[in-house]
Amino acid sequence: MRHLPVEPPAFFPRGPSPLSRLAVFGLVSIGLLFVDTRYHYLEGIRSSAATILYPLQLAAQLPGQALHEVGSYFVTKRSLADDNTLLRQQLVEKSATAQGFPVSQQENARLRTLLELKARYVTAAVAVEVLYTSRDPFAQKLFVDKGTEADLRPGEAVIDAEGVIGQVTRVFPYMAEVTLITDKDHAVPVKVQRSGVRSVLYGAGAGRAPELRFMAPSADIQVGDVLVTSGLDGTYPPGLAVARVATLERETGQIFARITGAPLAGVDRSEHLLVVGRAAAALPRPEEPVEPDVAKKVGKGKRKGPGSP
Amino acid sequence: MMALPNISQLSTAGPEEILRPVRPWFIVVTLALAFLANLLPLSGIAIALKPDFVALVLLYWCIQEPRYVGVGVAWCVGIVMDVGDATLFGQHALAYAFLAYSAEFFRRRVLRFPLWQQAAQVAGLLGLCAAIVLLVRFVGGAPLPRWTYAVPPLVGALLWPAVTLVLQWPQRPQRGMAEL
Repeated sequence: MRHLPVEPPAFFPRGPSPLSRLAVFGLVSIGLLFVDTRYHYLEGIRSSAATILYPLQLAAQLPGQALHEVGSYFVTKRSLADDNTLLRQQLVEKSATAQGFPVSQQENARLRTLLELKARYVTAAVAVEVLYTSRDPFAQKLFVDKGTEADLRPGEAVIDAEGVIGQVTRVFPYMAEVTLITDKDHAVPVKVQRSGVRSVLYGAGAGRAPELRFMAPSADIQVGDVLVTSGLDGTYPPGLAVARVATLERETGQIFARITGAPLAGVDRSEHLLVVGRAAAALPRPEEPVEPDVAKKVGKGKRKGPGSP
Repeated sequence: MMALPNISQLSTAGPEEILRPVRPWFIVVTLALAFLANLLPLSGIAIALKPDFVALVLLYWCIQEPRYVGVGVAWCVGIVMDVGDATLFGQHALAYAFLAYSAEFFRRRVLRFPLWQQAAQVAGLLGLCAAIVLLVRFVGGAPLPRWTYAVPPLVGALLWPAVTLVLQWPQRPQRGMAEL
């Protein structure tokens, strides 16, 4: 019925049957899944495979870039003029704050040297471009076009013009994986800009708004409040805008208020991002409280010490 | 309704036609192109609609050329996809291996139907593939996705006739326009 070399009848040897192949490959994949989730042994293999695949990934950008360039070529003069006016307005609006900025930065630097504090942030920031977003519907990740070669490191914060996008989680030689703040396994320590109340913003997965968990119903927070990073985790520099409180339910009988935030940054649309170096020196961890029985022994030893001679 | 018989006439090679043997490099090239299509940077509604092109092309080759593409090749392609998508190692590999096996199981049946009826069965197979990915992630602790998770396999099935026509084109014997 089909092409001439029809598949041979079953009595010719064709290697193991599909079912046994499926069994072998299925077991291998389950083993890989287990090893990858539990032990993270395979990062090296993933990294080298990603490097090999990088040219393909770059090639995948070409059609989109071409479309974009063609589109931008045909932008009307009218919309350019509109853009220009808008940008000029924004420039004027921001210039007031910008003019004050160098002064306050100098002042800040002077005060810091007075206090003999280390500079807390690496000022270097790397501009990156989004290569593509992960097709995986269970995680909110995207890939950017710089990696180890631009000295990116896991844990660095990624922002766009409006606010925090996420953080770098894996770094390959020529690209890096960014986990977005909307990812289910991602949390950002934040504080309410208006009142200073601290909390943690948890991602909730694709299409769901991130939420602030474990906030007492009496907490000083309102719909429309801006949440900024608190910097307590040593990953995100403090003061970056993260989200605006979108909904707020204080139900009687519930221990915690239900609060969701809408990310300020274009988490799912921004193309040009900035990777901000993490805090240069993380604050030292407070010492663990010594266990009571150990403390007693130490205490006894000390008491003995002066008594023995 | 008149369009449907026309589509089936346009469809796969009929019993009287003898297809030329496929060239292995063509399979590799089409799989690579499907991989590129999966990595296309999209946003908004397009990403919710985007089918798994690799699964679609893989399914086509598993059904048409089981001697070249089977469970083993599907598994290797799955590993590549896992790296490209930064998903767990083995997630796509497992799903594609199952896809290849079920294609092997159903291929004689699928091929008996005209293209638009094949598409319905392909929807089932692609749905199975998506369900395995869902199962793996669910066991791994991911939350259940929204109903839009079911959309890409259906879009993939709608693309099946087009994919079949395009991929089979180099194998069709030359025919005059009058015969078409």
